[in-house]
Amino acid sequence: MDDASPIVPAPLPASNGSGEARATALLAAVDPRLAGNGAGEPPGDLAALLAACRDVVEDPAFPTVQRWRADGGKVVGHFQVYFPEEIVHAAGLLPVKIRGAQVEPRSADSRFGSYLCSILKTSLEVALSGQIALDMFVTHPICDAARNLAGVWGRNFDYPCQILYLPQNANSRHAAAYLRHEYDRLRREIEAVAGRAVTDDDLRRSIGVFNTNRRLIRRLYEIRRTAPWKLAVDEAYVLVTVGGLIQREEHNDLLVRAIAAIEARPDAPQDRVRVVFEGGFCEQPPLDLLRVMAQSCYVVDDDLMIGLRFIVEDVPPEGDPLFNLAEAYLERSTYSPVQHDLRKPKERMLLERLHGAGATAAILTAAKMCEPGLEDQVAYAHALDDLGIPYFVSEFEQNMSSFEHLEIQLETFVERLLFAA
Amino acid sequence: MIANPVPADIVGRGIRDGAALFRQRFTDLTAAAERGHPTAYVFVMGSLAEILRCFDFELVFPEITSLQTAVRGAAHEYLGQAEDYGYSPDICGYVKADVALQLRGGAHPMGRVPRPALAVQTNACNTYLKWSEIWERFYGTPVFTLDVPGTRQAGRRTWPGDPDFEADKLYVARQIDELIDQCASLTGIAFDIDRLREVMDHTNSMIRAWQQLIELNKHAPAPFNALTDGTVYLGVINAFRGTPEGRAYFDDLVAEMRHKVAHGIGAVPDESYRLMFLGIPCYPIFRRFNELFTIPGGNFVNSTYLWFAAGGANTGFQYDLDHPLDSLAEGVLISVRDAMDSMFFQTQALVDLAEPFDVDGIVFHAIKSCRTVSTGLADTRRALMAARDIPTLFIESDMMDRRVVSEAQLKNRIDAFFENLATRRRRVALDR
Repeated sequence: MDDASPIVPAPLPASNGSGEARATALLAAVDPRLAGNGAGEPPGDLAALLAACRDVVEDPAFPTVQRWRADGGKVVGHFQVYFPEEIVHAAGLLPVKIRGAQVEPRSADSRFGSYLCSILKTSLEVALSGQIALDMFVTHPICDAARNLAGVWGRNFDYPCQILYLPQNANSRHAAAYLRHEYDRLRREIEAVAGRAVTDDDLRRSIGVFNTNRRLIRRLYEIRRTAPWKLAVDEAYVLVTVGGLIQREEHNDLLVRAIAAIEARPDAPQDRVRVVFEGGFCEQPPLDLLRVMAQSCYVVDDDLMIGLRFIVEDVPPEGDPLFNLAEAYLERSTYSPVQHDLRKPKERMLLERLHGAGATAAILTAAKMCEPGLEDQVAYAHALDDLGIPYFVSEFEQNMSSFEHLEIQLETFVERLLFAA
Repeated sequence: MIANPVPADIVGRGIRDGAALFRQRFTDLTAAAERGHPTAYVFVMGSLAEILRCFDFELVFPEITSLQTAVRGAAHEYLGQAEDYGYSPDICGYVKADVALQLRGGAHPMGRVPRPALAVQTNACNTYLKWSEIWERFYGTPVFTLDVPGTRQAGRRTWPGDPDFEADKLYVARQIDELIDQCASLTGIAFDIDRLREVMDHTNSMIRAWQQLIELNKHAPAPFNALTDGTVYLGVINAFRGTPEGRAYFDDLVAEMRHKVAHGIGAVPDESYRLMFLGIPCYPIFRRFNELFTIPGGNFVNSTYLWFAAGGANTGFQYDLDHPLDSLAEGVLISVRDAMDSMFFQTQALVDLAEPFDVDGIVFHAIKSCRTVSTGLADTRRALMAARDIPTLFIESDMMDRRVVSEAQLKNRIDAFFENLATRRRRVALDR
């Protein structure tokens, strides 16, 4: 099915009473605005849907995860950036994206030193404080700090805490075969947590669900690029991010309804600068910061929560599902500062993102103390300088609460572009 | 009675010879830069020197050239230049010193560093990956990344015969084959398996010596200081890995340490407290930093730095010269994995070593520049204190950036630590 075809999400899987996936619409279960009218009609208008997503995304108590666990479900938390969620999903467990939260890292602070990004601290904080309970935690060697999380987490919790070694030698002819074995190792670990086997057919079914999800998210981003007045960056962000907190079948259903409503919004283009936002691949900027940006310009593309949409095409459902997932990570994927691939020079990839979105400027951000982000920021800036493409440089922190200064700077940047044109 | 006569100046020879080797190294690198000899940039955790030496590459270890700018008091000039270029104060100081080095055409306080014709890195440190992307950007340098899958979970190492280990080893072996092809293509030199055996034999000897050195420091007083002397030895085991010079150096060094042990000669005049060091030293005030510990009678008898920065040589892995390529893959996997474990999953190793090394206290030195090493230190300290009643000290500074080094603050903390050690010792004596 290509992207132009109608997208019909699979229904929520039926409960089999064994701790596996159940027919729980988690978002609806925790948000009365989406509770339904009892006549089988999906409730809530777009505003209610966005508000529900926003509340869940910003809630450090992870209500959807709590609800899942209250129903007897098990949870695998996976740290940013990319994780093959299909394997967890196929086991009937809930894959949850660990991306920190807006909390004070009181307990976590004593587990870390001073010079560290916020996302590591707040991710551990929500676990230490019991706001999120997991049955397994997986981190990745995406950066020097994050690869330490398996050790830190494992010293503080009894459940399995592991590193998934995604290949950094993406250019080896043997990387896909290696990754296929690594995914099989992960499958065995997840089977032990789930207490059941994960068959290839289970995986194929999950790949189908996630392929639908990828198509729907691509459609959201297509709207951002072609009609940005219909969908602001902060709205798209919550619609995508909530997917890391609920069952993907429910997310698909939610996206179908949201996209229909967004497409029905009236055309009201304004004379705004079209920008690409870069720097949200791991630690996430506060939603208010995204709102500030949305007020000043059209953010027509970004790398926010890029891990949830890292694979940019359908994963073939036939054949060896683990190999297909491995091959897709290497060959059908976008870019981020934490994947080393000689075929994806970061500057060229950013320029492609800019051109693909018809953007005329870039917002280059990095989370404070984020080594990969800060390093690539230099490369991006030099490349944009060479081409005379204007850009706005800034740093952010997940926990920042004051945006006035940044808002003024951004408005000045945008006005300079508008009035100098 | 000592069977063989020893040179009168044997004590201190390792430091003198190490310094001389490095002066010569920079002379050679300067000459290589001038004549454009192919140079490979490599890193201490998995340099693959055994392969690269088969293709006559000069090897540059950017971590070492960068730290030498700090030891020589010049790092701030290099850091400033890289920051002017756009790099943040919050990223690795080694990277920034190297960026400035490249912007200066290779000019280094000890000579001139050639440009890279090839960069070889492992995934043991993510900054390696970002660092090499800079050379790729500056020069179009071909970059080879060797994935070395590490331990997935604390206490869950796999070993030969385990299907997961064999899968990891196969991946490493296949990548080494690809590196050999790339080196042959770049240099036009045919790969010679006997040359590889020769280089591996030298490495085997150096690694045996490395393990012996660490063992010898179990003696009291310990014959060397793992922080200061150990840094010199680390420089040699990396920069001269697989060479006859390196082999001879370590043969001599083991002889020196045995002599010191036999004669009760310690690294510090009066070793009162035997310490273990975790992290990377504070190079901007290297000598003074060490003195803060040695003046009160402390000596570092071991360090995780001797493990990970030697690329896991502490494992003592010996290559099987009858099966060189297979053994190289196994050795790289086991050694580099151990280096990573020394940073991420080191708690049990510390518990296990405290007694044999008769450790009085453990110093955790987190630094701004290196999150690979520093991120887990505070939590490891908590876990260690829960597992064993041993005094610990947690301090923070940097390996390159003197702006985040507060000597007065460090001294306060270190003095209090030694007071604690003294009090504890008095209490133990009273309890007897």
